[in-house]
Amino acid sequence: MAELDAGSAHGARPLSPHLQIYRPMLTMMMSIVHRVTGAALYFGTLLLAWWLIAAAAGPNAYANVEWFMGTLIGKLVLFGYTWALIHHMLGGVRHLIWDTIHGFEPAERELLTLATLVGSVALTLVIWVVGYLAMGGPR
Amino acid sequence: MSAPLHMRTPTRRVRGLGAAHSGTGLFWHQRITSVAGIPLTIALVVIVVALLGRSHAAVVQILGSPLVAIVMLLFIINSAYHMWIGMQEIILDYVHDEKWKLMSLMANTFFVIVVTFASVYAILKLSFGV
Repeated sequence: MAELDAGSAHGARPLSPHLQIYRPMLTMMMSIVHRVTGAALYFGTLLLAWWLIAAAAGPNAYANVEWFMGTLIGKLVLFGYTWALIHHMLGGVRHLIWDTIHGFEPAERELLTLATLVGSVALTLVIWVVGYLAMGGPR
Repeated sequence: MSAPLHMRTPTRRVRGLGAAHSGTGLFWHQRITSVAGIPLTIALVVIVVALLGRSHAAVVQILGSPLVAIVMLLFIINSAYHMWIGMQEIILDYVHDEKWKLMSLMANTFFVIVVTFASVYAILKLSFGV
């Protein structure tokens, strides 16, 4: 194998330190959360697909989805999906800003990172309040 | 795989390829799909909230109407490519065994294609009612 032929040179190289050597920081945590929410949304597409297929299949299949989304577990999953979606979107905006080589000063990057966290929680709550009112609100 | 290897340095062999052996094109595509994903995500949230609590017949009618269906299709296809790239990046970061890496990358592709085609089919069926 080609990897083995280059092995002697590879083995002598110093290894870069990994996660456990760094003090946890907000920017680091939000970077990890961005990846975790991305992975969660990846599997969350199954929910979206289920909902769409059920709607296409007919009233009975759609009633099953509505029943599950009405249970406590269903609501928790849906709430988590909403937050992951919004957080990943805002985190993406932050990364797009960083892609333009702006916002890297210590205060700026802390502010951007905090804004995505506070913004995602606030927006998720707003969406759920609007959704709750759309469902008929307190009856 | 043995004789000519010493003629090229390890750096020369890997330059421009990276873990996926395909270069940096996907980095750019990830940016394009993330920018497109912003308005599409907002639209998805608006559509879903607007459909909450409605009857099955109303949901079918709204999801099958041209503007909503087109936005949903754009969201699904854009997200599919975005998440395919993203999951590939995660796999390449953590799965180093060649056999497992190959199988994970294939599983990623299969998963994305199945979920995407199922969702697209559902939207088309809602749109054309066949």
